[in-house]
Amino acid sequence: MSTVPFPGERPATPVPTAAAREAAGRTRPPRGRVRPSAAVVRVVVLALGALLFLVPFLSMVSGSLQVAADPSPAGLLPGAGETTLDNYRAIDEAISLGSGLLNSGIFAGGVILATIVFGSLAGYALAQLEFRGRGAVFALALLVQVVPFQLLLVPLYILVARDYGLADTHLGVMLPFLINSTAVIIFRQYFLQLPQDVFEAARMDGASELRVLRSVALPMVRPALLTVVLVTFIGPWNEFLWPFLVTKEADQQPLAVSLANFITTLSGQVANPTGAVLAGACVLAAPAVALFLVFQRRFTSTDIGSSVKG
Amino acid sequence: MSARTSQATPRPAAAPPRHAAGDGGERPASGLRRVLGRQPLGGLFAAPYLLFVLAVFAVPLVFAVYMAFHDYFFAAPGADVDRPFVGLDNFAAVLTDPAVQRSFLNVAIFLVINVPLTVVLALVLAVALDAPMRGLSFFRAAYYVPYITSSVAVVGVWLFLFGGDGLVNRVLGPLGLVPDPSWLVNSSWAMPMIAVFVTWKQLGFYILLYLAALQAVPKELHESASVDGAGRLRRFWSVTVPGVRPATFLVVLLSTVVGANLFTEPYLLTGGGGPDGASSTPVLLLYQRGIEQNEPGEAAAIGLVLVVLVLAVSLINRRVVGGDR
Repeated sequence: MSTVPFPGERPATPVPTAAAREAAGRTRPPRGRVRPSAAVVRVVVLALGALLFLVPFLSMVSGSLQVAADPSPAGLLPGAGETTLDNYRAIDEAISLGSGLLNSGIFAGGVILATIVFGSLAGYALAQLEFRGRGAVFALALLVQVVPFQLLLVPLYILVARDYGLADTHLGVMLPFLINSTAVIIFRQYFLQLPQDVFEAARMDGASELRVLRSVALPMVRPALLTVVLVTFIGPWNEFLWPFLVTKEADQQPLAVSLANFITTLSGQVANPTGAVLAGACVLAAPAVALFLVFQRRFTSTDIGSSVKG
Repeated sequence: MSARTSQATPRPAAAPPRHAAGDGGERPASGLRRVLGRQPLGGLFAAPYLLFVLAVFAVPLVFAVYMAFHDYFFAAPGADVDRPFVGLDNFAAVLTDPAVQRSFLNVAIFLVINVPLTVVLALVLAVALDAPMRGLSFFRAAYYVPYITSSVAVVGVWLFLFGGDGLVNRVLGPLGLVPDPSWLVNSSWAMPMIAVFVTWKQLGFYILLYLAALQAVPKELHESASVDGAGRLRRFWSVTVPGVRPATFLVVLLSTVVGANLFTEPYLLTGGGGPDGASSTPVLLLYQRGIEQNEPGEAAAIGLVLVVLVLAVSLINRRVVGGDR
């Protein structure tokens, strides 16, 4: 199907002009006949919905900047009340934002790197190479997505923390996420769309499969790389339960874990706990939101659709 | 297929015909080829991923089944301890436990609220977003932002907004609409609050799924229905809803899996599954039994019961909604 740039307009399917459609022998096309009142209703509904979706974020930013978080509707405005950066200082002293961000970055970065290297290898093999068991590998990639990861939590914890001795290590935190199955499927979808001839030509010129993948296939699927980075980043950056289990030492914990610990146990230590939590929430949310806003035009709904449909 | 890939694709002027390839790929398959396939290198390329799936999926799954049928407990590494086979004892202990029963009931409450709300809101918003208009990118981004934000971060805000003296109560208080005790510590409201929170957080992802699915609904069907005199609502019900049925199947399936996975929200939003277990979930109990109370056998049993229930719900979903594959 056509590609829908998200969240921009959709130029992919050329919409025939009214004249063209009339030339095709149709009466007035129903899609072109949008009553103004209906359009207004739609915008109002969308705007109200968007407001509900954004109010918590507004509150997050405003509350993090107020000396005492103001729970009244007026407090939603960032300028209301006395503005201060003390909350950011307080949360940084309590849980060390720097090391939390660094650990989150290593976690997400390592997962992205492993997913791009091994995920593209697997995706390329699934799309372009005929080998025994190809169908089984693909079925496995789909199955992994449907079985809840949390159910394997305790055995995985025993294996990683006790048998492999990886508790409180970056590798231990990364291991269950190391190769993102969704990304493997996205890579496969993109590699399937490439014309076979290009590969045959490269192979005839004596290129090894690895070389074909690196120099021919990957440069042709740059949009896929970006999608994979976005899809893969969100998971580990926001993950809570697994790193919470395997990291007990504060200096090894990703930011989501240390902030959660602050919420549940440490918030009594600071003068304005709510403000400190909201400041920490801003710091935790900012990188993912920023990455999304920067690349949103390249983020398409069909990628998400294909990744879950297989 | 994709406009984006083709624009970036430098097609070679004339691709040589396939049979000219000198690698012998077209010759009759040798014995080894027949066993490994035409390009056995593919197996090697997929090997790291296979190893990964084996290590974090297959082995733990087998291990979980083993633990569920044995009296498993943690011991010092290398210690030689006896972990006898206990048959269905762990399952019996878990299934007769009121706390476990309550947690499964809680997931049912979650699904009853979350799934219909998700399907209806995501589909309606996707249809509203599926047309060119001003400010479209702003709206789409607005709905998507909660999905890409960490649960821990937005839980922090919800605790503030829905706290006893929070914004929500300030607004609803004068109208007399505030329950006592307040939302997150109220035993009838705690679980519905989690269901609403997760609906709000995940909706953007499902909107995106429906937006993709709407592209597959033939425009001609809308047009001919319109010619036949069908109004807006009628067309939505008779053309759009059946047209996105595979996506609805997926939305129900995925939100069921999310429901089965609930941990962060009850743990943080309602203070460890309170009040008095009213928002506890199987995964929360799985964590408490397996890690905190040294009963991994019971934890594994809870996990397996949950998997069986998720599979059952998926099959029912397939029957009722019907995926296309």
